[in-house]
Amino acid sequence: MQALVIVAHGSHLNPGASEPTHAHADTIRDAGAFDEVREAFWKEEPHFREVIRTVEADEVFVVPLFISEGYFTEEVIPRELRLEDWDPERWDSDGTSASEATLEATDVGKTVHYCGPVGTHDAMADVIVRRAESVTGDPDVGEGFALAVVGHGTERNENSAKAIEYHATRIRERGRFDEVVSLFMDEQPEVDDVTDHVETEDVVVVPLFVADGYHTQEDIPEDVGLTDDFRTGWDVPGEVDGKRIWYTGAVGTEPLTAEVVLERAADAGADVGDAIERVRLETGQQTTAVTSD
Amino acid sequence: MSEETPATAVEALCERVERAGHVALDGLRVEKRADGYALETPAEGADGLDEEGLSAALAEVPAYVTNWHYWHRVGGVGTARRAFLRWCEHAPLEGDADNPGETLAPPSRYEALTDGLEREWGQLAITSRLAGETGERVYEVRHVDDAETAVGDLERLDGPRAARDLTTEDDRGRYRPLKTAPTLVSGWVLPHLSGSDLLETVEFVYPATVANWHRERGGDLDVDHWLETAHRQSGIYDVVDELPREAVEWMADACCVDSQCLRRREWHYEEDDHLSVPGGDGVFPCREPCSLVIAAARKWAILESEREQTWTVELTLSEKNQLEALLEAVADGRVDEIREADLNDGANRYRARYLRAKRAAEGSLFDETGDEDGA
Ligand code: SF4
Repeated sequence: MQALVIVAHGSHLNPGASEPTHAHADTIRDAGAFDEVREAFWKEEPHFREVIRTVEADEVFVVPLFISEGYFTEEVIPRELRLEDWDPERWDSDGTSASEATLEATDVGKTVHYCGPVGTHDAMADVIVRRAESVTGDPDVGEGFALAVVGHGTERNENSAKAIEYHATRIRERGRFDEVVSLFMDEQPEVDDVTDHVETEDVVVVPLFVADGYHTQEDIPEDVGLTDDFRTGWDVPGEVDGKRIWYTGAVGTEPLTAEVVLERAADAGADVGDAIERVRLETGQQTTAVTSD
Repeated sequence: MSEETPATAVEALCERVERAGHVALDGLRVEKRADGYALETPAEGADGLDEEGLSAALAEVPAYVTNWHYWHRVGGVGTARRAFLRWCEHAPLEGDADNPGETLAPPSRYEALTDGLEREWGQLAITSRLAGETGERVYEVRHVDDAETAVGDLERLDGPRAARDLTTEDDRGRYRPLKTAPTLVSGWVLPHLSGSDLLETVEFVYPATVANWHRERGGDLDVDHWLETAHRQSGIYDVVDELPREAVEWMADACCVDSQCLRRREWHYEEDDHLSVPGGDGVFPCREPCSLVIAAARKWAILESEREQTWTVELTLSEKNQLEALLEAVADGRVDEIREADLNDGANRYRARYLRAKRAAEGSLFDETGDEDGA
């Protein structure tokens, strides 16, 4: 038997924070690749602390639904899961390359394959592109478009900026979009100046966040100039400085993210059969609505 | 014979005896011996049976046979899943054999299962029923407040995931950050659940409660007390271990008592330093301070670091009483129940506005003692 546990931040205040986690878990449940699938949270229940005891499988794949490596993936999650002998060195990562470490959860005596975060997996680049397709309604979007990948920046975590750059570079190399830029909320180049950083008339702006919250639904739309007051909403696409901004909201709400969760588990040795292909196909049929109001 | 033992159950049981040498469950024991098969129930026994004789004897005790068959299909001996489903229908739990308590043996349990056997799990009312003569069980879940309501008057939910959505908000549309708060909405029913759907539902509504309840029954609950949990915190929660000992009492009183949380708090200040606040009567235990309590503790740890001051305030006796009534009303979550024109209630909005207009027009009700002019 094998179990999958998706660990995410969650919130005491905002019910939307855990919605993508539940949605991706449901997609994976329906794909039937694991005997058991659980979601667990830092701020909701089940807590990281108590999730592994809720599964019967002896082999548990833990996939962090986080954007980058850092405090949560390196310190909080392993500690709370009681992963014996954990050390961030076990991932041997350059900041975006963590894949897997096999450890034991001491309260239950189970084998835990602790995976790198969803946000740094190569397949996340596909999710960003899929997000651009969803928001424009054009499965071939690219020509005549710029793509801006937006993150926090280094203030909170150096690896967060690395993850943004990593995906932006990979998407740029594919040559699909006229331009691909990385922008940040708290450092240069800033998302506030998005229209200065691209030549094209159309720009898709994709925030690399797990869930929608005040950063993606309040700060960024105002910073970009899509609206003066987030409460009144904004248009998609919206006009700023004579350019059309296609603002997508958090990338993690894209259904295809479920596939990246599966990729992480598969990279760590989980037997997921053809679930990855099926999830890719099925999530292609459904796209999340990208509206603000 | 009034009720036929389904042939498949007899067959499955015989097969199992063939393979394992015996089966034993809930008072039924069937054994393969040198001189043939032996069958035993609390009421009767027979031995030296050939295969045909065994089948015939099993057909005489249908409740025992289909009961065995159902639990054989459930499987998972020793797991929380199996223990919970058995507890739901008041069946003896493995390991509890010496102390069956209020559990029921198959014939009387079957009688009761026809009407439905009930259990309460937090605010969930769970009914186990027999679904026909094969021994299959179906489970129904609804809110305990709806126990007497006709099924037709309840909103029929479509499976465990619908139950998860139900846990998000209380009946006033406010987000519920604590799943075990006694604020689960009522008015719905999940009928005809399988055992695994029942467990998934309970896991969504009250995560990890079955696992911890099961560990506790096995004497294996790993309680982390306040100090251990507080010391473990890092980042912005690093400060919570500075919360004074007495403040931990107040915190448990504020957050963990039965009126606020249905988990039974088993953690204390330290293993040998117990809190005096009651842990509650909940059926499932709380084994360590939850994330909500840790977040609240951070706030209180910071607030408790302030120095105390003496304040003076001029109030009539009724106004002093009114302040106390306001505090009570907010702490008990009673504010929304106070009628608009109930001016006898000190926490009435008009009364509060009047007090503010009269006593706090300049911003504060209180003056710090020691002001030069004593105003
Ligand atoms: S610490 Fe336990 S008892 Fe207290 S509120 Fe949290 S879950 Fe409930």
